Amino acid sequence: METYSLLREIADSWVLLAMFVFFLGTAVWAFLPSQRKAREDASMIPFRNEQGPAASAGPQGSDSLSPKLKGQSDV
Amino acid sequence: MDYVKLVLLGAIAVLAAIASSWGHDLAYQVHAFLIMAIAVGMFIYVLRHTDEPAGPAEPDGIYSDGVIRAGVIATAFWGIAGFLVGTFIAFQLAFPALNFDWGQPFTNFGRLRPLHTSAVIFAFGGNALIATSLYVVQRTSGVRLWGGKTAWFVFWGYQLFIVLAATGYLLGGTQSKEYAEPEWYIDIWLTIVWLAYLAVFLGTIFKRKEKHIYVANWFFLSFIITVAMLHVVNNISIPVSLLGSKSVQVFSGVQDAMTQWWYGHNAVGFFLTAGFLGMMYYFVPKQAERPVYSYKLSIIHFWALIFLYIWAGPHHLHYTALPDWASTLGMVFSIVLWMPSWGGMINGLMTLQGAWDKLRTDPIMRMFVLSLGFYGMSTFEGPMMSIRAVNSLSHYTDWTIGHVHSGALGWNGMITFACIYFLTPKLWGRKEMYSMSAINWHFWLATLGIVLYAASMWVTGIMEGLMWREVDDQGFLVNSFADTVSAKFPMYIVRGLGGVLFLSGALVMVWNMFMTIRGATPANAALPRASAAATPAE
Repeated sequence: METYSLLREIADSWVLLAMFVFFLGTAVWAFLPSQRKAREDASMIPFRNEQGPAASAGPQGSDSLSPKLKGQSDV
Repeated sequence: MDYVKLVLLGAIAVLAAIASSWGHDLAYQVHAFLIMAIAVGMFIYVLRHTDEPAGPAEPDGIYSDGVIRAGVIATAFWGIAGFLVGTFIAFQLAFPALNFDWGQPFTNFGRLRPLHTSAVIFAFGGNALIATSLYVVQRTSGVRLWGGKTAWFVFWGYQLFIVLAATGYLLGGTQSKEYAEPEWYIDIWLTIVWLAYLAVFLGTIFKRKEKHIYVANWFFLSFIITVAMLHVVNNISIPVSLLGSKSVQVFSGVQDAMTQWWYGHNAVGFFLTAGFLGMMYYFVPKQAERPVYSYKLSIIHFWALIFLYIWAGPHHLHYTALPDWASTLGMVFSIVLWMPSWGGMINGLMTLQGAWDKLRTDPIMRMFVLSLGFYGMSTFEGPMMSIRAVNSLSHYTDWTIGHVHSGALGWNGMITFACIYFLTPKLWGRKEMYSMSAINWHFWLATLGIVLYAASMWVTGIMEGLMWREVDDQGFLVNSFADTVSAKFPMYIVRGLGGVLFLSGALVMVWNMFMTIRGATPANAALPRASAAATPAE
């Protein structure tokens, strides 16, 4: 069998099935009740890891905190 | 180390000088000269600093935001450049006299058009994606960027790619593949830069402090990997000479066409969609100050988008030499794509549940919501246009241009502006942008511009499509091509005005950024680890 036909046959049978099963797997995994806590935890990631300006980051760091600047960061 | 650098830079400068002298065509000669100049400049810089004691090490315990600050500025700069060229070529179409005789052949429509598309997609959009992805991956991993100065190599390497590509188009160096015009040596350079980008991004994910990889990073990672794959496969070509810019594609005929649109459509799917969805999944929750509506839905959104988008390309080749089964496959997958796209849009919009009042008070939130609205609209319009019967009317008309711009200006443009307004005060230690009412002005100028643009292109596109297929009772075509061109004239003026409005909005943004950044010093955002000892934020 020529390469094209062989690859074509594999692609639209087993590979197609494998990809579809993988997709269904991710869907089931996403909605697993046991994972609910992990999902809630993951959705909060953007609100962690930001603790405002560094306190001891050398001369540059303290400059950026000089009080005369309007609109000081309070991140 | 400095000596190795000097030897390398010297060798590059000499080789580039030779290439510049022996080059077969203008684009190649100018590019070789440019590379020689850069190498000589870097050589002198390194030479002057050789054997100096090492300067203060990079401050530890803070996020590496320097490269992101540069990226935000570069995004605004290339945005203005791209919008300006776009507006100019819009008027060139309305008034052909703007293809000035004195500027031939460098400033005619054919050469400026790829300059516009590459400037807005790859320069404006690409810089926005690189800057936001490197910002988001640090914040959601809780660590600094991996690879130290590699991120700076990615930034400057990417700018060099843009400059080479843009000047190449003007000087006639193009391989004539839409959205993949740069010639072989620029393609090789971009591959190197892109792999460095992948390494920085992946390295940061590998050393993350969070157990879970946040969904925005999945989208960014799929964008980086897929674009690398698309770029390499679509640009397989053999240079005619190592001393010239011309190259010959390895694929030919319908294979080449299919490869090109597999690339072209997935550039939309992964560059302009997946990457920008990464922005959406981080910045919309941040701005709304609440987590994404459904994290489960975002997982489904991601995998469905990845599995479906890659097959949609053939809808660009309806009624061509492409086999029917391939074109049907592309059409079916395009229509199925509608579902995950709208799932993602709903997920983004519903994040505002309980915070809809922010729309009244927060112009940045309004931009995010408008961009999601345009995302939903163009992901409905796209599948519809991919249906063969609709495509027979819409293809080759201005409807396609209208569709692309409602997606690019509305979805990509608006979300990028919103991200710039979010990032600029944060990165330069300000509480908010200098002028909130200027953001409002930008919002309305841009919105009105998009509405004028899209509406005029729908009208002229459908009119043109109907005129092309109109036959009289004898079966003869009623209109000549020139009839459609003159019928479109008023719409072309409206489209140009839409471009002027969109550009003015962006200029207001640049002024606002300038006023915000002026006098400010870069803010150093602390890493979570360092902050244990630091004073808590007010």
